[in-house]
Amino acid sequence: MSRAQTVVEEIEAGGQGAYVESYQPEEGRMTINMGPVHPSTHGVLRLLLELEGETVARCEPIIGYLHTGMEKECEDQNWRQAVTIVTRMDYLAQMFNEQVYSMAVETLLDIDVPPRGKYIRTLMVEMNRLNSHLVWFGTQGLDMGAMSAIFYGFRERELILDFFEMVTGLRMNNGYLIPGGVWEDLPEGWEDVLGRILDMLPGRLDEYEDLLSQNPVFLERTLGVGVISADEIKQLGATGPIARAAGIDWDLRRDMPYEAYGDVTFDVPLEQASDVYARYKVRMAEMRESVKIVRQLVDKMPDGDYKNMDPKLMPPPRAELNRSMEAVIHHFKLVTQGYSVPAGEEYAAVESPRGELGCYVMSDGGTSPYRCHVRDPSFVNLQSLAPMAVGGMLADLIAVIASVDPIMGGVDR
Amino acid sequence: MALPEILNGMKTVVKNVFKKKDTVSYPEVRRQPFPRYKGRHILDRHPDGLEKCIGCELCAGACPADAIQVVAAENTPEARFSPGERYAQIYQINYLRCIFCGLCVEACPTEALLMTTEYELSGSSREQLIYTKDQLIIDTPIVRHWTTKKELPPERQVFS
Repeated sequence: MSRAQTVVEEIEAGGQGAYVESYQPEEGRMTINMGPVHPSTHGVLRLLLELEGETVARCEPIIGYLHTGMEKECEDQNWRQAVTIVTRMDYLAQMFNEQVYSMAVETLLDIDVPPRGKYIRTLMVEMNRLNSHLVWFGTQGLDMGAMSAIFYGFRERELILDFFEMVTGLRMNNGYLIPGGVWEDLPEGWEDVLGRILDMLPGRLDEYEDLLSQNPVFLERTLGVGVISADEIKQLGATGPIARAAGIDWDLRRDMPYEAYGDVTFDVPLEQASDVYARYKVRMAEMRESVKIVRQLVDKMPDGDYKNMDPKLMPPPRAELNRSMEAVIHHFKLVTQGYSVPAGEEYAAVESPRGELGCYVMSDGGTSPYRCHVRDPSFVNLQSLAPMAVGGMLADLIAVIASVDPIMGGVDR
Repeated sequence: MALPEILNGMKTVVKNVFKKKDTVSYPEVRRQPFPRYKGRHILDRHPDGLEKCIGCELCAGACPADAIQVVAAENTPEARFSPGERYAQIYQINYLRCIFCGLCVEACPTEALLMTTEYELSGSSREQLIYTKDQLIIDTPIVRHWTTKKELPPERQVFS
């Protein structure tokens, strides 16, 4: 009898939690539930593990503990309001969510973003990538007992969050990138604050490398741990640093340039070993590349509009409201109803810190999305956890989870 | 054992021990937010004392979290609250729902609803966190639960 049938029978018999109760492990194996509340599962990830001694024989991620129906919530909001919902999905890569949603909506609307808007967006998402990788660095270290790593990672992240606070007014879940551009222009003095962060970061990254890259305890726990073949990664659809650590040379920023990525030069770090250490190396190198990209963007930052000033799309400037009745009518119409987007479907994809982040937006011609599906890399990458973990030790699983870097808010949406 | 590598890592740790501290001992020391910070709302008044809010409910319509409730009433010559025809009889913001996105401030046609940099919003019951018009209107002072000995500028001074 298949497991699905057993579950159905159990549920019909009125059993609760039938999935676990009906499940019989093989002789000589022990079943362990890791999570959903566990300090090293990065949120509410639950792993159903079968152990032979200390070796993981089977690993099944069980998700859904953080499901809040955000994709559905988008359908209740108008196109502008939905930005505040999508930004809460992958909460460590908030700008990427906004960016990919905006790109999809812009294609449906068939509008352009002015160059300055594109540059600001690219700058903000690259800072966001640094922010996200710093959290990964902290948790990767913490999960393996290097407590200093999380102190240092979060210390630098705090400065990036300060920069976000300065530009967007919020530290997380910014809602800064909107269809048509960005919410506000960069504030006065942004170059100084950003410059100080950029001057500081490479030195701090060197410190991190001193701390972990050659540390024998760290090497022991990462080298050859959680190996997955490039073929398996392709079959599972995993992207991002996981794929690049296996030698798959694929980065949307370089291979399908969007926004301002065509104007900057950067390398895509590659590793071949496909173990936890290779993923560590790739992410550390990516942080340095991000610093490089942001520096180029600051140098080339063009002047001009920061958002598309189409009056059918953006509320009129504030000064207009006191002068023209027409502007007031436009303002009321845009705020209460929002703008309509032509009927159609569109998929947009960006390279988020965790891999290909996609957004599939469908419009029926109305003022709110008919469907807004997000292809979150955490969700897809989580499937590669099982092949990485099986055959390894239970203690190594902790390092493997950290190297996959799943964000449960993005997994469950 | 690979002693040099461990010592190299320890060097980083020791170096950081003597660095300037990044943390502040809140609430005795507070960091001021940046001017754009989206915090608690206020309802502004005109210089002549009349309320700017005209009860148009645009903020309630723009709110993605349904946190704002506005009930408008007509101004009369005896009881005049705002310069226009209508004023907000009931104005409530539910800070249990508010996500501080700032769409309401963008929506307000008279610049009546503004956001301050006040971020200390806590209460001991749900009712306390539903702010009424009396609490939001500008002449009510913002209550702080703790005293501050020192206020720090928004940007941290720890770059090195």
